[in-house]
Amino acid sequence: MRLFQKNIVPILFIIICSIGFYYSGLSWMFFANDLLTRLARNSFLVISLIIPVLAGMGLNFGIVLGAMAGQFAAFITVVYNMTGIAGFFMACLMSIPFAILFGWLTGILFNKAKGKEMITGLILGFFANGLYQLVCLIFIGWIIPISNKSLLLPSGIGFVNTLDLKIWQYAIDKFYVFRLRGITTPVLKYLNNINFPVLTLIVVAFLCMCVYLLFRTKLGQDFRAVGQNRHIAEVAGIKVDKVRIIAVIFSTVLAAWGQLIFLQNIGNVQVYGSHVQVGTFAVAALLIGGASVSKATIGQALLGTVLFHALFIVSPLAGKNIMGSAQVGEYFRVFIAYGVIGIALALHAWQRLAKKKNE
Amino acid sequence: MSNGLLNKVGIPRLIISLFLAFLVAAAFSYGLPMGQIFSAMLTRFGMNSLLVLAMIPTIQAGAGPNFGLPFGIICGLIGATLAIEMDLRGFTALFFAIGISIPLGAFAGWLYGLLLNRVKGQEMTVGTYMGFSIVSVMCIFWLMAPYSSPEMIWPYGGDGLRVTVVLDGRMEQLLDRFLSFTINGMRVPTGLLLVTALCCILLWIFMRTRTGLAMSIVGSNPRFAEASGLNVNKYRLIASTLSCAMGAAGIVIYSQSYGFIQLYQAPLYMALYSVSAILIGGASLQRATITQALIGTFLFNGLLVIALPVANVAMDSDISEIMRVIISNGIILYALTRKEVGGDAR
Amino acid sequence: MTGIARLEMRGISKQYYGNRVLKGVSFSLGKGEILSLVGENGAGKSTLMNILFGMPVIHATGGFDGEIYLDGEKAEIRSPEEAMKLGIGMVHQEFMLLPGFSITENIKLNRETTRASLLSKIFGKPLRWLDMPSMKTDARVSMDAIGLGIDEMLPVKGLPVGHMQFVEIARELDKKNIRLLVLDEPTAVLTESDADKLLEAMKILTNKGISILFISHRLDEVMAASDKIVILRDGEQIADTRPAETTIEKIAEIMVGRKIESTEMRGRPVESIRDDYILQIRDLSVAMPGETVKTINLDVKRGEILGIGGLAGQGKIGIANGIMGLFPSAGTVRKNDKPVLLNNAHASLGNGMAFVSEDRRGTGLLLDDSIEFNIVATAVQVQGKFMKSGAISTFDSKSVTEYAKKMIQDLDIRCTGPEQLARRLSGGNQQKVCIARAITLEPNLLFVSEPTRGIDIGAKRLILDHLIKMNREEELTIIMTSSELAELRSVCDRIAIVYQGMLEGILLPTDSDRDFGLMMAGEYHKFHGKEAV
Repeated sequence: MRLFQKNIVPILFIIICSIGFYYSGLSWMFFANDLLTRLARNSFLVISLIIPVLAGMGLNFGIVLGAMAGQFAAFITVVYNMTGIAGFFMACLMSIPFAILFGWLTGILFNKAKGKEMITGLILGFFANGLYQLVCLIFIGWIIPISNKSLLLPSGIGFVNTLDLKIWQYAIDKFYVFRLRGITTPVLKYLNNINFPVLTLIVVAFLCMCVYLLFRTKLGQDFRAVGQNRHIAEVAGIKVDKVRIIAVIFSTVLAAWGQLIFLQNIGNVQVYGSHVQVGTFAVAALLIGGASVSKATIGQALLGTVLFHALFIVSPLAGKNIMGSAQVGEYFRVFIAYGVIGIALALHAWQRLAKKKNE
Repeated sequence: MSNGLLNKVGIPRLIISLFLAFLVAAAFSYGLPMGQIFSAMLTRFGMNSLLVLAMIPTIQAGAGPNFGLPFGIICGLIGATLAIEMDLRGFTALFFAIGISIPLGAFAGWLYGLLLNRVKGQEMTVGTYMGFSIVSVMCIFWLMAPYSSPEMIWPYGGDGLRVTVVLDGRMEQLLDRFLSFTINGMRVPTGLLLVTALCCILLWIFMRTRTGLAMSIVGSNPRFAEASGLNVNKYRLIASTLSCAMGAAGIVIYSQSYGFIQLYQAPLYMALYSVSAILIGGASLQRATITQALIGTFLFNGLLVIALPVANVAMDSDISEIMRVIISNGIILYALTRKEVGGDAR
Repeated sequence: MTGIARLEMRGISKQYYGNRVLKGVSFSLGKGEILSLVGENGAGKSTLMNILFGMPVIHATGGFDGEIYLDGEKAEIRSPEEAMKLGIGMVHQEFMLLPGFSITENIKLNRETTRASLLSKIFGKPLRWLDMPSMKTDARVSMDAIGLGIDEMLPVKGLPVGHMQFVEIARELDKKNIRLLVLDEPTAVLTESDADKLLEAMKILTNKGISILFISHRLDEVMAASDKIVILRDGEQIADTRPAETTIEKIAEIMVGRKIESTEMRGRPVESIRDDYILQIRDLSVAMPGETVKTINLDVKRGEILGIGGLAGQGKIGIANGIMGLFPSAGTVRKNDKPVLLNNAHASLGNGMAFVSEDRRGTGLLLDDSIEFNIVATAVQVQGKFMKSGAISTFDSKSVTEYAKKMIQDLDIRCTGPEQLARRLSGGNQQKVCIARAITLEPNLLFVSEPTRGIDIGAKRLILDHLIKMNREEELTIIMTSSELAELRSVCDRIAIVYQGMLEGILLPTDSDRDFGLMMAGEYHKFHGKEAV
């Protein structure tokens, strides 16, 4: 019973997704393939949220900046035409300095707004998006010269809306695709004909492992100590502000890589759109997995990604079949994303208040 | 002394004012039609002022700027669409819309206030996402609601209401044109400004009644308020009720002036723009005055109005939307990272 | 004691903003000895400990005078880290434990044992592996040393307080270079049997050669545990003695004793005030964090000034806060023989009672509002004063300004005018604003808590004089709560002493220092009981 209570959120969403799947009328194979692709390309953005949560900074809506760092790196590879798997890894490498810079600035800002990190991160995301547009829409081609005019708007200033990433699309996804066949075991036979992007999954698994191991180091211990109580950590001699900045930098770098993994699967960048909802969707996914503002695990991140994207896949069709309009499903999943975050935040604030009263 | 003056005006307000002055000068030197620009500034000021004034009650009551303004806004949209559905025109339509909006908005604000009282200290984050949620719920509503007025539904089939509903001939610019006159090519939207003034006076009187004073005491020091026998939660509830009711009426006034009702995702960021306007006016997350709201509305909207034509001439690209995003969110960040004076740590 | 002292403090003095809180304190503590620091709240104990531990608050306010020697070497302690490096450990009053960590993780917090990892060779120390097995062993060793037999991997959340206190000590012990351990009221939260265990553990530590600085209000513990006793009063070191040379009574006497002349006591003889009770308190309990009132029975005579005294944390502050409805309370309180509705500030204020809170800036003032609004705010809300009459009644700023000007004159509030913000006033003038606000309600019973805390002498006099004047001229009954005994004795007619949330007794200002000291330490009845036998 306690297990049930503890996992009420994921259980609820499993039920919603099942109903949605039933009414969507999708075939299992299509659903499973799509889900697996989405898991591979989105899970890492969600995982990038874990470190700040454990360091007591709540849900880092500022990972939008990480996504931007990733995109800047992607633009560079496009401009210099770096192709294939090398191009992808080049992008990952080049995203690091951007992400460290952005993460460092975010961390400083968060230290100035202690206790209000989440709203600050959210607004920072909007603010950074303004600056990002300023760079991509005004500076590119005006202050920053680009030789390849086909990437620019007709006026010669600003990137076009969609940049093609065909040069390294599926760089790691297609590396080795594994497809199960001929399984006859009753339950496992559902795995037949599903494509496993093996290298992507390995990369994601490897990064998960790294995050897991990070918490077995001194730095990880500091993250957790600061997350529990800043004052006590400070008294014990831990440099709280520095540890918090490092946590945000880690998160931002991971988000940059997450965004690149995402882009290599999609195969193009919506210059002015790909990153905008990254924070909201990742946060919603993490919360649906059963995490809270102060507690999150890799398992919850993965489960949340699966459930959130299952909902994404089924809701338009389910909406159409139940309500007679695919748009309803679209809006419903947007509502779920916002609503889940809103409710989780409200519950957290509520519990904190109740706890304070009891003390 | 100069330092004292700088502190009084506030760095952001100073920068924005100088920037605005610079743009006005630039517009003038480019020979842009100043009359039109100034009348657009006045109109934008009148359109937005009630939405910005709606921030005052919650700030004064200690619940921070009302990021949950969409709760009120959607009620205003319901009121306005109902007026069209019932085929009303002119002032009847306007008064009907406002008459429906205010009680609906008050009710929504009351519910929202109940929530806010349970999440003290996190009003901004929770409010923002609750606001986003309600907007997306309403998207479903606009899609499903059984409206039948041909002006609002899609002409060739398709579900639900249109994204923007044209108010032409219904209540478009009704207040703007009321008693309006033109001097030096500048049209003054007299009616709109009168309504703004009326709202300010009513709010000013309310803030000086016992209830209004109590609200401000609750905001500046909740423990003092408790020691003075005041029920803190009650006054916070009144504040959010009032704020959302003002937001509801505010969006109707906004829409009539704009000439369109914007549905679906449009109200998503409206709260943010109102919040930033009042902050630009010099308010903090804890204290705000009517003057600050008015100054902020004028500066923020004035800047946006004038930036568009100037940027078009100067650099041939639309920078005004980008500027709006940067300025509005920048000022909120500035306010968030300022050391809190007073405030309730509980 | 032979050889060089473990700790020697020489002529330690400290000022806070011109206010001298320590005046030339000197003492020495030998290796393996226990020295107890005794004194009332505000005597300077915590300032002394902050100096010893190099707390930032000391250095941010201009440092201190005097010298500290550790094992004969002069020590410059500028930060807590340096203090730790020098082998000084401290167990704070509130627990410094992370509830989500295990005992081991808490003991080794920020001193974890680590092993090199692949990445640590590139990126340095932070990425070294935690060496959990060796951390566990270390934790076990220090826990065993003080006889804490529980599993070292238990989470701290859920441990009984006694165990948490021991974990704190084990953590200090784990610091290998520990020479001197400061225990700041470690027994305050413990049950008697846990406290006994703690005293035993302290003996074990001293046997290992660790010296202990022990701060406690429980005088029997002080007598039982220490080798030396240093008594502080008003920042001065007034006695330096040993348990064998003194008695609890003597300590109590020196602790509170102040030269206060009987001419300074302005209280009136008990007989002169009739037994006509304005307020009768029965079984009052108040859940005020840190100042819990368990059961108080107290009668207040009409027209008197009643003092409430006691050490910090004993509950004296809770009484007024409870009756005024600021913290949850239970019991019966009758005013003029009619029951007072508890847990309702509005009702209490409407009942002719007013309150000047001890928490001046937190509860007493609207810091960012004007003086005039501060003065009238409560009266506006409770009594509807200062409002214009009319269909919609609004604030009458004109009459408010006039009234505020009068109050500013009456109470001699030094300000630029009634519009000045309360935040900009000095502490004394802020307090006068608080008093002005209370009397604007025209109460017949006034609670005043810590009226002179953190206020300069001139303002202090003026405030106390004004209280007496109102009492004598307007027959205002005053209940004054204060940590400063001298102040209570100079103003009050009777003084009630609160100990552990209960009334220990009522004394007259003229009673002996010894009685006051014993009552505040909760030893009065023990001694007077003995004498009776």
